[in-house]
Amino acid sequence: MKKLILLVAFVWTAPLAAQDLGAPVPVGGEVEATEEDEGGLTGSVSYEGRLDDLGIAIPGFATDVDKPTPANASGTGALGRELGRIVFNNLKNNGLFKPAGPDSLPQPTFGQITAPQWATWSNRGAEMLVHGYVRARGDGKIVVGCYLYDMALQSELVRGGWIVDPGDWRRAGHKCADLVYSRLTGESPFFDSRIAYIAETGPKDARIKRLAIMDSDGANHRFITTGRATALTPRYSPDYRKLMYLSYVDGNPRIYVYDIGSGRQTLVTQSTNPTFAPRWSPDGKWILYSMAVAGNTDIYRVSAEGGPSVRLTNTPGIDIGGSYSPDGRKIVFESDRSGEQQIYVMDADGGNQKRISFMGGRAATPEWSPRGDQIAFTHIAGDFNIAVMSPQGGGFRRLTRGWQDEAPTWAPNGRIIQFFRTERGTGRTGLWQVDLTGENERRLPTPVDASDPAWGPILP
Amino acid sequence: MNRLLASVAVMGGALALSACKTTAPDTLPPDPIPTTTATGTGGQTVNQGPMVGSQAHFEQAVNGQNVIFFDTDRYNIDSADAAALQSQAQYLARYPTVTITIEGHCDERGTREYNLALGERRANAAKNYLVGLGVDAGRIQTVSYGKERPVALGSDAASWAQNRRAVSVVIN
Repeated sequence: MKKLILLVAFVWTAPLAAQDLGAPVPVGGEVEATEEDEGGLTGSVSYEGRLDDLGIAIPGFATDVDKPTPANASGTGALGRELGRIVFNNLKNNGLFKPAGPDSLPQPTFGQITAPQWATWSNRGAEMLVHGYVRARGDGKIVVGCYLYDMALQSELVRGGWIVDPGDWRRAGHKCADLVYSRLTGESPFFDSRIAYIAETGPKDARIKRLAIMDSDGANHRFITTGRATALTPRYSPDYRKLMYLSYVDGNPRIYVYDIGSGRQTLVTQSTNPTFAPRWSPDGKWILYSMAVAGNTDIYRVSAEGGPSVRLTNTPGIDIGGSYSPDGRKIVFESDRSGEQQIYVMDADGGNQKRISFMGGRAATPEWSPRGDQIAFTHIAGDFNIAVMSPQGGGFRRLTRGWQDEAPTWAPNGRIIQFFRTERGTGRTGLWQVDLTGENERRLPTPVDASDPAWGPILP
Repeated sequence: MNRLLASVAVMGGALALSACKTTAPDTLPPDPIPTTTATGTGGQTVNQGPMVGSQAHFEQAVNGQNVIFFDTDRYNIDSADAAALQSQAQYLARYPTVTITIEGHCDERGTREYNLALGERRANAAKNYLVGLGVDAGRIQTVSYGKERPVALGSDAASWAQNRRAVSVVIN
């Protein structure tokens, strides 16, 4: 009895004392657009074939003067080739177009970036040409320019330019890939974004689960927690300044809000009840969490600034999770009030709760697309697979065929879904992604096993 | 043998019900740690057995029934669970300073967050049953581990049945 009282007192008065955090992670700098960034739609694309047959030549970016830079030990010339590789790998790894990269192409000079040698590239069967430059500025910052040319028209389609801190040089490559992708497909960008997930090691009955983050292409990987306590289900705040996740650091499952810049973390709510399933509203002003009181789990909403929580559900069953529509007016969530896991939609204040999943089997972990037009979820019918449906519940489509695929998360543009796949028997896990056709499925490389991906929005 | 005698002494008739367990997994979890208690029943206590109030003592006294099992996605207490919880309640009645944590667990065939909530519901179902038998609610904590801590490692029905469980653990 004494133990219990002590534990409660500890949780209430000193939640910060119990931590499982590694060294703080630096917050990235801003990416400033240069004058090149005119968003110039100076012509229409000449290509009329299938986009995945579109040949794109992406040689190394040129530099004016090969200068030393903190971004690359070999100088800005080598940095330019790395930038070209980022654009090439982003397109290639996502099954987009038919790209050729710096390692199989001649290197243009600085002067040719704005005056392409058309003959050089048309001989290589490219329909589109990406050129770029990189320059080390006097203040140490890196300036990167990116140009997309239509070979048939021999004209520029779009250009962009960015000024980044040396430590953020990869973001300029992602910005260029996003510019090319958006201009050619008409879709919103998604490469310049990050992913939070759970890194897993160890045997099935003693898994070590650590909170980790990485760029959308797996670069800049960092562990946030040490692994002493089990960490689960992270979510990036829309401004990337905070991470919410579940930790057993005090022995019980509770949601913590971790401030990336300061390395401080706080409980999402000052309650001794277990809390699960943290979610941000799209504007970052609200937090949803699920809390079990006497075994009954309901969904609560609290301001990201703190203050009182409001309970949004009150059925005698498990109501859990929650994902806001992009306009913040509705929430899709999971409930077993019908006797099994199914998906429901309610108003943001908890009103008008209505079931939308009627496709047979069970339906769990709904996530509203950032475009608003689809709900991704885990469909359970024998095996576990990723599926989509409309917010009204129609248009059910299964996208994967794994033994256990669960926990979908959307790319910032709502065209790709990431999830984790568990292997039967071994319990090994990995991150996968699939596009909305279900045809392009691939595994994301991670340093160790991985689960619970959470894809953040386009970086600010 | 001595273990059985001790159990009978503690639990009385409740033990007999354990034979009726309907949802027991095909493979039962390992027996509690075997102990070799000296049979000195007189005044002298040559006590080599587990210490009163320890986890080993508790498990021995309830004849390994510190774990109860659940059907897929269920959290109800069936007759076999009830018998196990009755033996636990009798132990707690006999040793009123002992406090326990009930851990709720699930099998791997569930989504992660739902399983956390389901494990909490299972732990609370066990707790509520004990409270109904007269155990002070303040002596029982609950914690859910969802599907994070399996005891059986296979991906088959027998393993899953062993993992859908609520485990009573003495707080030291």
